[in-house]
Amino acid sequence: MKFGSILAGVALALGLGGAALAQDKVKVGFVYVGPINDGGWSQHHHESALKMKEHFGDKIDFVFQESVPEGADAERTMTQMALSGADLIFTTSFGYMDPTINVAAKFPDVKFEHATGYKTADNVSVYSARFYEGRAITGFLAGKMTKSNKIGYIASFPIPEVIRGINSTYIHAKKANPDVQLSVIWINTWFDPAKEADATQALLDQGVDVVLAHTDSTAPLAVLEKAGGYGFGQAADMAEYAPAPRISSIIDEWAPYYIDRVQAVIDGTWESVNTWHGIKEGMVGIGEFSEVIPEQVRIEAESLKEAISAGDYHPFTGPLKKQDGTDWLAEGEVADDGTLAGMNFYVEGVTGDIPQ
Amino acid sequence: MIRLEKRPTPSRFWTLATPLLAVILTMIAGGLLFAFLGKDPLEAIRTIFWDPLFHPQFASYSRPQLLVKAGPLILIAIGLSLGFRAGIWNIGAEGQYIIGAICGAGVALAFYPLEAWYVFPLMVIAGALGGWAWAMIPALLKTRFRTNEILVSLLLVYVAEELLASMALGLMRNPAGGGFPGSRNLQQYPAAANGELIAGTGMHWGVAAAFIAVILAYVLLNRHMLGFHIRLTGQSPRAARFAGVRPNALILICLGTSGALAGLAGLFEVAGPAGQISIDFNQGYGFTAIIVAFLGRLHPVGILLAGLLMGLTYIGGDLAQFMLGLPAAAIQAFQGMLLFFLLGVDVLTNYRIRIGRTEAA
Repeated sequence: MKFGSILAGVALALGLGGAALAQDKVKVGFVYVGPINDGGWSQHHHESALKMKEHFGDKIDFVFQESVPEGADAERTMTQMALSGADLIFTTSFGYMDPTINVAAKFPDVKFEHATGYKTADNVSVYSARFYEGRAITGFLAGKMTKSNKIGYIASFPIPEVIRGINSTYIHAKKANPDVQLSVIWINTWFDPAKEADATQALLDQGVDVVLAHTDSTAPLAVLEKAGGYGFGQAADMAEYAPAPRISSIIDEWAPYYIDRVQAVIDGTWESVNTWHGIKEGMVGIGEFSEVIPEQVRIEAESLKEAISAGDYHPFTGPLKKQDGTDWLAEGEVADDGTLAGMNFYVEGVTGDIPQ
Repeated sequence: MIRLEKRPTPSRFWTLATPLLAVILTMIAGGLLFAFLGKDPLEAIRTIFWDPLFHPQFASYSRPQLLVKAGPLILIAIGLSLGFRAGIWNIGAEGQYIIGAICGAGVALAFYPLEAWYVFPLMVIAGALGGWAWAMIPALLKTRFRTNEILVSLLLVYVAEELLASMALGLMRNPAGGGFPGSRNLQQYPAAANGELIAGTGMHWGVAAAFIAVILAYVLLNRHMLGFHIRLTGQSPRAARFAGVRPNALILICLGTSGALAGLAGLFEVAGPAGQISIDFNQGYGFTAIIVAFLGRLHPVGILLAGLLMGLTYIGGDLAQFMLGLPAAAIQAFQGMLLFFLLGVDVLTNYRIRIGRTEAA
C-alpha cells in the first residue's frame, strides 16, 4: 500500500478532498458489455438510454460504463454504481445475470433491470425482446434472396436466445425456398470485429451468399460490401450499408421500455417484472426493406410482419420436428414460452451440432 | 547536445525514484489528455488514484477490491519473474491459469454436494497441478526438442480457451442452468467456495497465496542456491554452466513453478470472485501479469507494488468512467501511458544524461 499512501500524499498536497455527491434526483446507471460505438448491441442500448435521458432531462442523473467484462469485473462495476447512489441500474448483457443477482442482494433499495436473463428477485426485473419474430422475417428474406441456396449464420454463444434465432431463421428461409441450406459458425463472443469478419469470409468461401449475424458489430456487412452478397442490420438499423449489402434489419427498440421503467421509479410504482415483448409492442423493429429486394418479396415479407404483429401467426407453429427427427409441435400447435425460453435443440433440417 | 552515457552499474537512486517520476509524468500527460476531452484533469486524476482508496462512499468497498484485482496479478507475475530472470519466457500464463481453474473446479464439481473439509485443499492441489502440467508441455518440448517456449506456451493459451468453452458447454455445464452454458456457481457451494477470510477485507486465499509467494520468492532469490542459479543464468549463461547449473533442470523448474502459480491463481479466481467456469472466464490476467512482472522490475517487492498499482488503475478507471463519463478508451490510454513512462524513464537507471559536446573517441 506504499504506492497508495505516496499518491495520497501527493493528492492531499494538491488540496483535493473527497467530494460527496448529495442528490435527490433519481440516478439511473447503465452497464454495457461492448464499447458504446460498437455499431450494434451496446451502441443501441446506449442510444436508447440517451433517448430516455432526453425524455426526462434534468429530472434524472444518467451514468454508464462501457466495455465491462462479464464476471467479477461486472460485479464491481455494479457495486460501485450502487454505492455512488444509483437508484436503478440496467445491466445489458446475458452474462451479467449472476453478478446482477449478487449485487442486488446486497442493495435491496436499488432496483436492477437485467436484459435477456431469467433470474429475477424482488429488486431485479428481466427484460428481453422476441428477436425470433424479427428472425422470421430476415430468414424469409434470406431464403428468397440467396442464389446459391446457401445461407450462413454467425452465432455468438449457444444460449437459448441465439438458438431460437437460428431455428426461426431456418424455418422461414425453408418456407421461402425449400432447397435452402443453413451453415452456422459459432464464434463465442458478442463483439469481436476481426472474428466476425473472418467468420463471414469463411461462410462466403463455402458458397454462402446471404449472411445473418447474431453478433454486435458491423464487420460482417463490411466484408459483404467488398465481397458481394447480402446481410442484415443486427440490433441497430446499420443503414449506412443500405441498400446493399444490408437489405433489412432487426432493430432493438429499448427506449420506450427504459422510459417506462424510469418513470415507475420516479413514481414509486416500480415492481419486479419479466418482460418479453415483440414486434407488436414495438420492442422489435424491422428496418426498411431495401430496393434490391424484388417488390413481390417485399410485399410477402410485409404481410408476414403484419401477421406476427397482429398475433395471427407465431413463428414457431407446428408441424415441427426436432433435428433428431422426434416430434415437437403437432399441426397448428404453437410453442409455449417456457420451451422457447430454454430452447437447446435445433429444428429438423438444421445441420451441425449445438456446441456441447 | 544531449547524449546518454552508460553507467557502470545501475543507479540505486534512480531505481527507486523512476517509478515515482513515472507516476508524476503520467499524471501530467494524462491530465492533458483528460483536459482535451473536456474533463477537469485534477478531478479525473483524483477519481482514479484517490477515490478508490479514500472516497467516503466507495473506499470501504474498493480498497478490498484492490486486493481482489491485484492478487492474481501478483501471484502469476511472481512465477513469471523467476523464469524471466533466467531468460526462460513463459508467455502462456493465461492458458495455465485457465487449466488450473478447470482442474480445481472439476474437483469441486465431482464432489458436489458433499460438505467435507478436504474438498477445498484437494481443489488447490488440482489447480496447481493443472497449471504445472500445462506448463510442462512447452518445458518438455524445449528440453527434448529445443522448441521455442514463447511460441508453444502462447499458442497453448488458445487450446486452453477452446477446452474452457467445451467444459462450460458440456462436461461442467450446470444441470440446473436451464440449458445455459456455465458451471454451477462455486460461491454457493460452501465446501468449495474461496470466500473472504476476514469479511469486508477482500482477503481471500488467493491474495494470501500471493503474499506468501512474494515472501518465498524474495527468500529464494536472495538466500537460496537455486535463486543464485536463476540470476546467474540470466546474466551469463556461459558462466552459469561453469558454475554447475543444469539448463534443462532450470527450464523445468522455472516453467513448472510459473505454471503452478498461474494455475493456483485460476483456481482461487474460479472458486472465489468469478464463481463459475464460463466460456469467457479468463479476463487476461495471465497477459497483464507479464506487464506487472516487468513493471516490478522482476523483483518480488516491486511486483507486489506494481500489482497493486495496476489494480488501482483498473478500479479507479472504472470509477472515472461512470462518475465523469470518461470513455473506456481514455482509461486504457492512461494505463498505457503509465507503462510507457515507467519503461521510458528506466533509461535514467542505466544511463547518465550528459549535456555538452561528445569527446573525441
